[in-house]
Amino acid sequence: MSTPVIEVDHVTRRFGPVVALDDVSLTVRPGELVGLLGPNGAGKTTLLSLVDGLRRPDAGVVRLFGADPRNPASRTRLGSTPQETGLPPTLRVAEVVDFVSRHYPSAQPAAALLEQFGLSGLARRQCGGLSGGEKRRLAVALALAGNPALVLLDEPTTGLDVDARLTLWEALRAYHAAGGTIVLTSHYLDEVQALAERVVVIDRGRVLADDALATVIGRVAVRRVGLTLPDGADLAPLWNLPGVVGVTADGSRVELLAGDADAVVRALVHSDVQFSGIEVRSASLEEAFLTMTAAAETATAAETAAATKTTDEGAREPA
Amino acid sequence: MSTMSLGRLTLLHTRYQLLETMRVPIAVIGNLVFPSLALAFFVLPQRAVAGDPELATQAVGQLALFAVISTCIFTYGVGVAEDRALPFDAYLRTLPAGPLPRMGGRLLVGGIFSLVSLVPLILIGALFTAAAPTPAQLVGGVAAVLVGALPFLFAGLAIGYALTFKAALPIAQVVLFPMAFLGGLFLPPQLFPRWLDTASGFVPTRAARDIVVQVTTGTGATLFDFVMLVAWTVALAALAVWAYRRDQGRRFR
Repeated sequence: MSTPVIEVDHVTRRFGPVVALDDVSLTVRPGELVGLLGPNGAGKTTLLSLVDGLRRPDAGVVRLFGADPRNPASRTRLGSTPQETGLPPTLRVAEVVDFVSRHYPSAQPAAALLEQFGLSGLARRQCGGLSGGEKRRLAVALALAGNPALVLLDEPTTGLDVDARLTLWEALRAYHAAGGTIVLTSHYLDEVQALAERVVVIDRGRVLADDALATVIGRVAVRRVGLTLPDGADLAPLWNLPGVVGVTADGSRVELLAGDADAVVRALVHSDVQFSGIEVRSASLEEAFLTMTAAAETATAAETAAATKTTDEGAREPA
Repeated sequence: MSTMSLGRLTLLHTRYQLLETMRVPIAVIGNLVFPSLALAFFVLPQRAVAGDPELATQAVGQLALFAVISTCIFTYGVGVAEDRALPFDAYLRTLPAGPLPRMGGRLLVGGIFSLVSLVPLILIGALFTAAAPTPAQLVGGVAAVLVGALPFLFAGLAIGYALTFKAALPIAQVVLFPMAFLGGLFLPPQLFPRWLDTASGFVPTRAARDIVVQVTTGTGATLFDFVMLVAWTVALAALAVWAYRRDQGRRFR
């Protein structure tokens, strides 16, 4: 089997008291197109900064093409994007492309690259004079300048209009079709849905889901079952219902997320749960994603609560 | 696969940093013009100085040192602080190059601008004053100016890596002008009162100035000047290394 493009092995990274990545493991193989999905502050950008060698993990190992990404030689087949706000304002578009390309042993011809990203007419323009969309296209073009085997794209189309977005997607699909590996982060579900073949959901520094796009969509093709429980009812039995992947409560109103709503309703009827006002509707990808992150939160909260309870009981016991 | 050679990458970074700097010509022109103006307005009218070979050489040497020190403090101090604030700096760290070509490029660009800033001063000195160093004294003088500016190269890097852009600009000015005056770059130390002359002996600008004057006119420096120059260079280099490591540790740990 070929060497993985990226290996992240039990990696933890803290910034002061904040745990940005908590024991994350992830392997990306050649030719994959992986979408990293998660809210702002989830740890996506931190993960990319470990892979591109900007930072090192506190614990665990990161390998890029089987080697340490902090060694410049490991990065000869890596392309990444600058933030569009960071392009040197006085340099011209063609100059920035030339400057970046010359770092790579087998760079793309600049003319073809500019053509592909619709930047040919702007080659002599200074970066400071580009529009936001043009800067974004240039930033992504720079990631591909060195003919890399892997590109890391952090929010590649944030703030772009629909046309510019489609142009970029087209370029990324072409790169992937030619055998390139892509890891992109986004907090837009439709972007991940349009491009990715594999989806990794991250929140609070943990991997919540890592699966084929179709499977994640399948998980998303879940339905919401809403019901009202008597005050003070225990939510725990609801987790035992067939196929329930999420339970959220707002006062006495409870929402269940489940793959098969019919099975849940059938099981509910046969259980001794005292429910009323049942309602079934489909969940959007956004909702599924929110539920996924919320479920992780609830699980953590439950763990904490359980731990506290045990301590309390332990303290009372001697009396 | 290996990276491009360090030499080629350093030249590449040098070329683009030069280009970036030249595109904002006011920064370059300011450094070039100010010392020449000072020579034209404050030295040329005083025939007692401009007409005396030794005093004229001394005046040109002092301002040459000022020009190079000012280039060092501004390109390294303010320039580095400005670069550090740009996300592009972090992006460059993800290219297959590492930090050395960028640092090498920075040093070369500062060196090139330093040499360029000497050209108008030497021309004015040669055309309009009685200064007439031998070719050996001229070459030696240029070398002495560059060596004498070393403490300020490191001071600039220390400022650039330790401070934000907003703090670096005023600090650079606060360091540059008093140091230049105290070191006798604007007024020759012969005109200083005794106490000021004594205090002046302990600053790096004075040590560098005395050495430049010694090389170009044959008198002026003492052993103490050499000791001070080496001590300041070592101390400020240590400060620059500390600031660089602290910055890298904060941003790229």
